[in-house]
Amino acid sequence: MGGTVSANHDRSNLLEVRGLTKIFGTLTACDHIDLNIAKGEIHALLGENGAGKSTLVKMLFGSLEPNSGEIFWDGKAVKITSPGVAKKLGIGMVFQHFSLFEALTAAENIALSLNDGSPISTIAAKARALSFSYGLPLDPDSLVGDLSVGERQRIEIIRCLLQTPQLIILDEPTSVLTPQEADKLFETLERLRSEGKSILYISHRLEEVKRICDRATVLRHGKVVGHCNPREETAASLARMMVGSEVKAVVRAPAEGIETAPALLEIRGLSRKPATPFAIPLKNINLTVRAGEVIGIAGVAGNGQGEFFESVSGEVLQQDAGSVRIRGKDAGALSITGRRLMGAAFVPEERLGHGAAPRMRLSENLLLSRHATDGKAFVGSGGMVKNSTVYSAAQRIITAMDVRKSAPDPEAAALSGGNLQKFIVGRELDRKPSVMVVNQPTWGVDAGAAARIRQALIELARSGSAVLVISQDLDELFELSDAIAVMHNGELSKPLPIAEATFEKIGLLMGGAEPGHAEHGMEVA
Amino acid sequence: MDITVNILLTIATAATPLLIAAIGELVVERSGVLNLGVEGMMIMGAVGGFGAGYLTGSPWIGLLAAIIVGALFSLLFAVMTLSLATNQVATGLSLTLLGLGLSGMIGTSFVGQPGVRLPNLDIPGLSSIPVVGRLIFGQDPVFYISISLTAAVMWFLFRTRTGLTLRSIGDSHTSAHALGIKVIRYRYLAVIFGGACAGLAGGHLSLVYTPQWVENMSAGRGWIALALVVFASWRPWRVLAGAYIFGAVWIGQLHAQAFGIPVPSQFLSSLPYLATIVVLVLISRNKRLTMMNTPASLGQPFVPDR
Repeated sequence: MGGTVSANHDRSNLLEVRGLTKIFGTLTACDHIDLNIAKGEIHALLGENGAGKSTLVKMLFGSLEPNSGEIFWDGKAVKITSPGVAKKLGIGMVFQHFSLFEALTAAENIALSLNDGSPISTIAAKARALSFSYGLPLDPDSLVGDLSVGERQRIEIIRCLLQTPQLIILDEPTSVLTPQEADKLFETLERLRSEGKSILYISHRLEEVKRICDRATVLRHGKVVGHCNPREETAASLARMMVGSEVKAVVRAPAEGIETAPALLEIRGLSRKPATPFAIPLKNINLTVRAGEVIGIAGVAGNGQGEFFESVSGEVLQQDAGSVRIRGKDAGALSITGRRLMGAAFVPEERLGHGAAPRMRLSENLLLSRHATDGKAFVGSGGMVKNSTVYSAAQRIITAMDVRKSAPDPEAAALSGGNLQKFIVGRELDRKPSVMVVNQPTWGVDAGAAARIRQALIELARSGSAVLVISQDLDELFELSDAIAVMHNGELSKPLPIAEATFEKIGLLMGGAEPGHAEHGMEVA
Repeated sequence: MDITVNILLTIATAATPLLIAAIGELVVERSGVLNLGVEGMMIMGAVGGFGAGYLTGSPWIGLLAAIIVGALFSLLFAVMTLSLATNQVATGLSLTLLGLGLSGMIGTSFVGQPGVRLPNLDIPGLSSIPVVGRLIFGQDPVFYISISLTAAVMWFLFRTRTGLTLRSIGDSHTSAHALGIKVIRYRYLAVIFGGACAGLAGGHLSLVYTPQWVENMSAGRGWIALALVVFASWRPWRVLAGAYIFGAVWIGQLHAQAFGIPVPSQFLSSLPYLATIVVLVLISRNKRLTMMNTPASLGQPFVPDR
């Protein structure tokens, strides 16, 4: 397959990349990458987390300097030394982690990336006109900090389009959108293609790549492993190219007798005022998770999921002790340790610094989170830590979850994100908790490890525990949940049994557009 | 009437150095850099300004020297924190300690020497109008500089593209870098501007306020300027208000002490600090506005990733 490059730099290629290499210390993030993007095509760049996709596009946009390799733009060799040079050539970029300024308005954000001296009001008018012509309505005077993630992405796209680029790079654009918002984005991309613009589309979502992309380049461990036409491939064959081996499918046996099972986690009328001006208030949340079931909570990022997790886990205490009940007892006034002692376990979203102390060993991290609940096992008489017991418990978790590591007991920060996540989830599973609450269980985790974590969560539920999973990844929730509830603007919808749930229904709830939702909102207001 | 005018004039003189140093630091912090060396830069400006004025006999050359010395001294901080990415808090503190020590050493021979004073503005006809004449047309030149500087900084930060860019860097240097903005260059210029302002404030002390050289004569004014910036939630007109409240209460308590009011003098001396903080905290109750104006990347070292 390996990219056939014509010697005389075919002018039909807008961008041609040859042997581009980037080395960070001992890690070769991009290893002799070849890539051709034709005029008027949507080209997919596929790969798992850490495959080198982001590094590659940063070099194309001038944010990173390649160690070696060549870039040809419209047949001519170019050096892209800064984002300014990239913009001048006609390369625009929509970043994955948005490069927006929260304290500034949309128009000010747009003005910052345009290098002309036109006044803000002119830019605002232009942005408004362009946004309406593409069906992405935008209020230029709104403050970015107040906007939803989807609206922020619109600013990024409009900002990029105002520079009239020939090539638009989109880095994981749909990871923060509802299915309906993603559809809207695809329409925009198709329109741009029909205008003759080229698009480099980075994603790990195979279905959407199959749907809109003309060609694909697949990266694995910093190397190009293939070029293909995604329309001729199946999702499974693309996944195999990305991962390098078959990915085991998650098996979910139907749950039985849930209706009569005891409710292990109950949330009753949970409300919370916003802690900061940009935070989301929680509004009268009700939810019951019974023994044996997995409930998923979907929602676009920043709709109160983080605040909800903090309230349930005990990072923030409730005034009404009955608003969180664990195994039939009020837990709202208890701390994290108090709730853990009642048989609950929690896995926060942020792994380093929240789920684990980065510079401490895995065994030490195990002791930190469990010395209170498993004090007798890990701490002996006189408060002396039983190091060998802790060590062997850590090894037990490492084996059970297949954590790949470079040393027997490495520091948490030395593990890759996916492997650390396996350890953190395994650490909680090892206690056989009767209530397990997980926020973003597989965010940034590769497909193999993600499947393992999901399977473990299902098995925990089927063995009689209540499992609550908060996730932005709809595919994941459909894979492991028995029912899905949606969080929107601090309110939680009724859980929809998985048999009745579809992407469209959940997507509408995520956008806050459910008609039945309004009366629920009324009683709160 | 004359007494009131005199009191108002002394308030302006007390507030001017605070205002200038704080406005400079405000620009520095808006770019995301925390320079705790204001006190050190101020005292260096004071000794440099006094020395140049004393040696040449011209207070104007003295004032210019104060500005240059402050700017050069801040360049030291800029090289350390921006090019070498050292910790801004530690570097700023050492800059203050260095400035206090160095100025004492440089100034040994100036102690007790008669200084030169910048003359007050005197416009024939206007300056002699009762009351307003002296207040509006008869103050020292640095007073007028401080007011125009505040207006200019407000205009620059909120009305110009360059000001917008500077604020964006303070909000998120990584986003700014991703857009191709030269983060380090902007911060260098901001820090040097802050240093020049602190130097000018020091020059005001040794060429206008008390035209002589006394070791440690900045007497903590640099720290007050720093506090003003934070309590004014990084907004220029609030810095102006804060500086004048401080100046007013300062002068007020001096008069109270002179009248022999039966309140411990230590308590009276602490009043200006207390009053300034209370007033500024009250006017910045709006959390949302405060969040919007707080430079989110303040104090974080930035190392561009190439």
